[in-house]
Amino acid sequence: MTQTPVVEVEHVTRRFGATVALDDVSLTVPPGELVGLLGPNGAGKTTLLSLVTGLRKPDEGVVRLFGGDPRDPASRRALGTTPQETGLPPTLKVGEVVAFVAGHYPDPMPAGELLERFGLTEVAGRQTGGLSGGQKRRLAVALALVGRPRLVVLDEPTTGLDVEARHLLWQALRDYHADGATVLLTSHYLEEVEALAQRVVVIGHGRLLADDALGSVLARVAVRRVVVHLPGITDHDAQALPGVVDAGREGDRHELLTSDADALVRALVTSGREFHGLEVRGASLEEAFLTLTRETPEVVA
Amino acid sequence: MSTAGLTLLHARYQALETVRVPIAVLGTMLFPSLAMFFFVVPQSAVAQNPVAATAAVGQLAMFSVMSTCMFTFGVGAAEDRALPFDPYVRTLPAGPAPRLLGRMLTGGGFALLGLVPLILIAWIFTAATVTAGQALVSLAVVIGVALPFLGLGLGIGYSMSSKAAIAVVQVVLFPMAFAGGLFMPPEVFPDWLDRFSQALPSRAGRDLLVQALTDAQASAAALPVLLAWGALFAAFAVWAYRRDEGRRFR
Repeated sequence: MTQTPVVEVEHVTRRFGATVALDDVSLTVPPGELVGLLGPNGAGKTTLLSLVTGLRKPDEGVVRLFGGDPRDPASRRALGTTPQETGLPPTLKVGEVVAFVAGHYPDPMPAGELLERFGLTEVAGRQTGGLSGGQKRRLAVALALVGRPRLVVLDEPTTGLDVEARHLLWQALRDYHADGATVLLTSHYLEEVEALAQRVVVIGHGRLLADDALGSVLARVAVRRVVVHLPGITDHDAQALPGVVDAGREGDRHELLTSDADALVRALVTSGREFHGLEVRGASLEEAFLTLTRETPEVVA
Repeated sequence: MSTAGLTLLHARYQALETVRVPIAVLGTMLFPSLAMFFFVVPQSAVAQNPVAATAAVGQLAMFSVMSTCMFTFGVGAAEDRALPFDPYVRTLPAGPAPRLLGRMLTGGGFALLGLVPLILIAWIFTAATVTAGQALVSLAVVIGVALPFLGLGLGIGYSMSSKAAIAVVQVVLFPMAFAGGLFMPPEVFPDWLDRFSQALPSRAGRDLLVQALTDAQASAAALPVLLAWGALFAAFAVWAYRRDEGRRFR
């Protein structure tokens, strides 16, 4: 409790017109954590990051960055972010963009070292408009580290990258985190969060659905959905079948969420119960979370 | 990081970006010179009268800095806001001052650059004449009268989308230039228009500039009028910047 949290979000609500982008979200990130923010498109991830980086104000609640208001430039001195799209000023050269950003920080990383880390040394003299997509993405992430920030916020850092470039970026981020920095990143990719994050926060429909260690979240994501006709069986009975974590209806069929579909099917067969129209599907990440949290809308910690 | 240091940093890279698209610089340099060449030079009554010709240069110079400030930097700010790099820059540890001041520096610099061909044409083809002292004072006055319009342009640029900004800038710029006596000298205005004109920042700026160039006395109200508009436009720019959260979608 002695260290000021890097990020504090307290009961924050943010609306855009009639849309509630964030609904009473609270989140605290202590120094040194590597937090992955997961959720479907439109879940509110980007809105949350825009509040943390001082781009927007919450309608209700408080956001603190290193204990201060993120809208105050002084609070952002130890913050490094990256443009979400590869939106770099096309006419400026790579070295110029780096120098421009570096000029904002008291103790920036030398441009040579930074470009080296991200494999951009050869293109330092090229205009950013002439870079390949992967090079632009790498430069964008490199910009987040120019000022030696203690908090790095990355919004989908590797979207649109090939596997090799993605791994290079992941390594650069792991190295930087190992130096003691706090990292907050969003991603659509479970794989990316798996490769980087220690703690996972899941957001859906503007609400915090889960906030847990990577392992526990992965265990909960490994959910299968079994859809089947079970004549004469109530929802309540279905819920009691082996391995079923949640039961509902899809049309006139039962919809069973289970952590072990094999065991459930085996149990159905051996029980001699009448069933037909059996279908087993992988639940998507968002499906898994949205369904799992339907009955318990509170934060599962 | 001092505000002055950051201001220079922003000004430097904005200038660099502008220079990398040379046609944009050329465009702002061409318009006032062409206007001078086609509308003033052929009218020998004006072109060969030293005072009238010099005043005409002042008027077009006023129009030139007004339009540079409002188009290049007002509309430019609106266009920049639509780019994904803009929200990124807003997360850097710099407040609104370095960006706004940096823009003012580059805006002012390019507006001055735009005056060079205008002055050359006036010097070669008309009887316009200034002393070295008048030229120096006029330079300072041009910068001074440009600032309120930078404020107005930036206020517009930060409060609306680029498409809306272009329309608003045009609707504001041309009537204000006309009523301010930048296309026709205010001496030919009917009395009511002349009185209305004196309350406008374009007229106040024009009068101050023409005074610096030709020693024709501007009205006592010109400076206070310009300062009042300047304060209002500066407040507008700061307000618009503060409330701006990047591009809005509904």
